[in-house]
Amino acid sequence: MVPAPGSHQGLDRLDGAWWRDWAARVLVSLGGISAILFIVAIIVFIASQGLEFAWNRLSWAELLTGARWEPTANPPRYGAWPLLAGTAWITAVAMLVAVPLSFAAAIYIGEFATGSRREWLKVTIETLAAIPSVVWGVIGLQVLNPLIQQWFDTPVGLNVLNAGVILGLMAAPIMTTLAEDALKAVPDTYREAAEALGATRWQVIWRVVLPHARPGLSASVLLGIGRAFGETIAVLMASGHRLLPPTSVFDSAATITATIAAELGEAAVDSDHYQVLFVLGLVLFAITFSINLLADGLVRGRRRRA
Amino acid sequence: MSGPPSPFAATAVERRQLSVQQLVRLLLACVTTLLLVPVLGILAVLVVEGGPGLTWSFLTEKPQRLGAAGGIWPALVGTVWLTATALLVALPLGVAAAIYLSEYARDNRLTRAINLAIVNLAGVPSIVHALFGVGAFVHFLRFGESILAAGCTLAVMTMPVVIVATRESLQAVPKAFRDACWSLGATRWQTIRHIVLPNSISGILTGVILVVSRAVGETAPIMFTGAVFLRLVPPESVFDRTMALSFHLYTVSTQVTDVPRHVPFSVALTLILVVLTMNSLSIWFRMRLRARKKW
Repeated sequence: MVPAPGSHQGLDRLDGAWWRDWAARVLVSLGGISAILFIVAIIVFIASQGLEFAWNRLSWAELLTGARWEPTANPPRYGAWPLLAGTAWITAVAMLVAVPLSFAAAIYIGEFATGSRREWLKVTIETLAAIPSVVWGVIGLQVLNPLIQQWFDTPVGLNVLNAGVILGLMAAPIMTTLAEDALKAVPDTYREAAEALGATRWQVIWRVVLPHARPGLSASVLLGIGRAFGETIAVLMASGHRLLPPTSVFDSAATITATIAAELGEAAVDSDHYQVLFVLGLVLFAITFSINLLADGLVRGRRRRA
Repeated sequence: MSGPPSPFAATAVERRQLSVQQLVRLLLACVTTLLLVPVLGILAVLVVEGGPGLTWSFLTEKPQRLGAAGGIWPALVGTVWLTATALLVALPLGVAAAIYLSEYARDNRLTRAINLAIVNLAGVPSIVHALFGVGAFVHFLRFGESILAAGCTLAVMTMPVVIVATRESLQAVPKAFRDACWSLGATRWQTIRHIVLPNSISGILTGVILVVSRAVGETAPIMFTGAVFLRLVPPESVFDRTMALSFHLYTVSTQVTDVPRHVPFSVALTLILVVLTMNSLSIWFRMRLRARKKW
């Protein structure tokens, strides 16, 4: 019998399948929410380890501008300026390497290459992305180090240049992928319209595709900066880890990430030194979080207008 | 053949534009090829320098003199333990999150927050994950420095990989499949369980493989949460500390003196062989998926 219109009789059911459906919905939602929980937990746990010190004894002015990082001296000095400067130098060199490489690769793969060549290039870039950070570190130590000493006639090859090149190559694959996505997001009708006016492929790219994809391309650079900025082991091995602000690319340098990795093992749990490393971690988190938010906003803003 | 010039012939300006295009294209191709150099170069260096040292006994013997001699057996076993632990934690959570995002979530603020959280989890520096692991798993949950703590840290870090791979494959299942199933009276979960998941199994496997590949290579997150410099016996439970391939590579490259030149290369070669095998598998899965897809 067909139930009367508007009546739910005979359609509603509360059997085993319904309850299983309900349980699955709850479990799966929990899985979804867990991502948010983890982010919140990261903030809470890192802050809770470092907050007591940050609140009571840490001078933020010294942390951000102090030129001496001597956590084990007496009295200890927590000036993270050398680490900030080292991070900035190395990230800048990394971007000088990664931006041209990744933009060129994205344009070539997205707009010119076809068929199997395109597939092969994509596989290569994936392979580059898959090389573990510690292997890059070994390459920096054992291969780039002597090369830099030889080519530039410097006494030490573990420096800003070495770490920057390595981080640039590490960041290039993800930046290529993101830049390619940004190009792909430009509607084909725009390309067709330009071609119908007689523009060459390159004119289409230069005058139409690239300007339209600019927010996405900026986002890819931002995320590349975030990647280079947060890299730890490779940079610890390749930068020479010298706790002074670098003045040229041939100086050794130290980054925030590498300092945490190098010193966390030696600092006694809950000591000032231990806590200041967590404060540095919180700073790192805040910076990468802002970068991600900004990149997300860039991509989203464009999508809304398009 | 002479006659009036064809109206379709290229003018001088057009010819110049075309040659500019050819030039740019060549230039872009060259720069893109530059990306091939490090891949091939690194593989070549590792094979040439590390290949001869990569013998059966190197893989199956214990290290001697802090890793300067002997083999890497405990580190290999430890890496398997760590990776398995990470996978056991990351897989259920990640698949659940992906199902939620693909099958249940509406386009609202919560969904946007979850997506943002995923992007951030993937973008947080590995050393920050390490700090989180120390604070949350080692101290707060009292796992101590152990495989469990290190595995959980790796799991939080690699969860986004599972989510992204799984979600993509869930969304590749056509809406019509779900509609057909619902119209037969199936619940949402029955549809997911019997129609959606079986059709997206390759995506989930891709996620698994990528987690393994990431977890095997990561060093910073395990340094302070469960990896040790030297422990000659393989671990017996998840509460033991363990050696790991990536951390072993770090220590023999930087902490141990008098290491013969080939040793770090041999360890690196082992590591990269595992990672690349995993990645090739995932690429193969993806291609098979694309070839098999008939809808």
